[in-house]
Amino acid sequence: MSQALLFYFFAAVAVLSALGVVFHPRPARALLCLVVTMFALAVHFTLLGAYFVAMAHLIVYAGAVLVLFLFVIMLQGAGAREIALHQRFNIIYLLPAGLVSILLAGGLIALIRGSAFQALKSVDGTAENIGTLLFSQYLLPFEWTSLLILLGVFAAIALAKKDAA
Amino acid sequence: MIPATHYLILSVTLFSIGILGVLIRRNILLILLSIELMLNAANLNLIAGSAMHGRLDGQLSAFFVMVVAAAEVTIGLAIAVLLFRQKNSVDTHEIKELKG
Repeated sequence: MSQALLFYFFAAVAVLSALGVVFHPRPARALLCLVVTMFALAVHFTLLGAYFVAMAHLIVYAGAVLVLFLFVIMLQGAGAREIALHQRFNIIYLLPAGLVSILLAGGLIALIRGSAFQALKSVDGTAENIGTLLFSQYLLPFEWTSLLILLGVFAAIALAKKDAA
Repeated sequence: MIPATHYLILSVTLFSIGILGVLIRRNILLILLSIELMLNAANLNLIAGSAMHGRLDGQLSAFFVMVVAAAEVTIGLAIAVLLFRQKNSVDTHEIKELKG
């Protein structure tokens, strides 16, 4: 019962703060709304038994990625300033966005109607279990991600140095 | 336990809000933020699937998505900073070089 309460409360928090990301006039505050969404999602991950992923999510997103974003938004100097309503949105794209959302919702309804979903089982995504799987069955993809991050670092350095050359 | 379908509904809702943000916002940084939102909605779906099947593979996929997202953010932000330096604006209406 308390689990259901937690789920519905944090689902509402996640959706409301996600709407804040899209509609808030101040970029810096829109970003802080996303931080709230990330925390709510971490609660959902924990409820689903993904303990390690929830913690990694908090550290990587709330801790690193969004702080990086905050730096960039503040560096452009207009982060705390409100963007006027007429230059905030591209209203013409509201229609495709609505269409895609309706398609997604339709697909979801078809999926729910068409197949019987089992009840959720309890999984134990502790660091130990995840680590064991990561370094046995998923070793190759794991090594590839290290290559990907290395390439990301190179690309960022190359881009940042471009106009100095 | 909460039914699996409720997680899917939450995930699709967040994903749709992300699409809305990508399409209608004009600030590049907020478009990137909306992409993060979409990636995380997909992650929620993966983890719910993991709990539905009682296996850990979905959680590992979510972990890999997170790593790829971190790499994407690095490069996306570097490009956004370059654009801002060149145009002194992050408004998509000011960036017209790729227009055919």
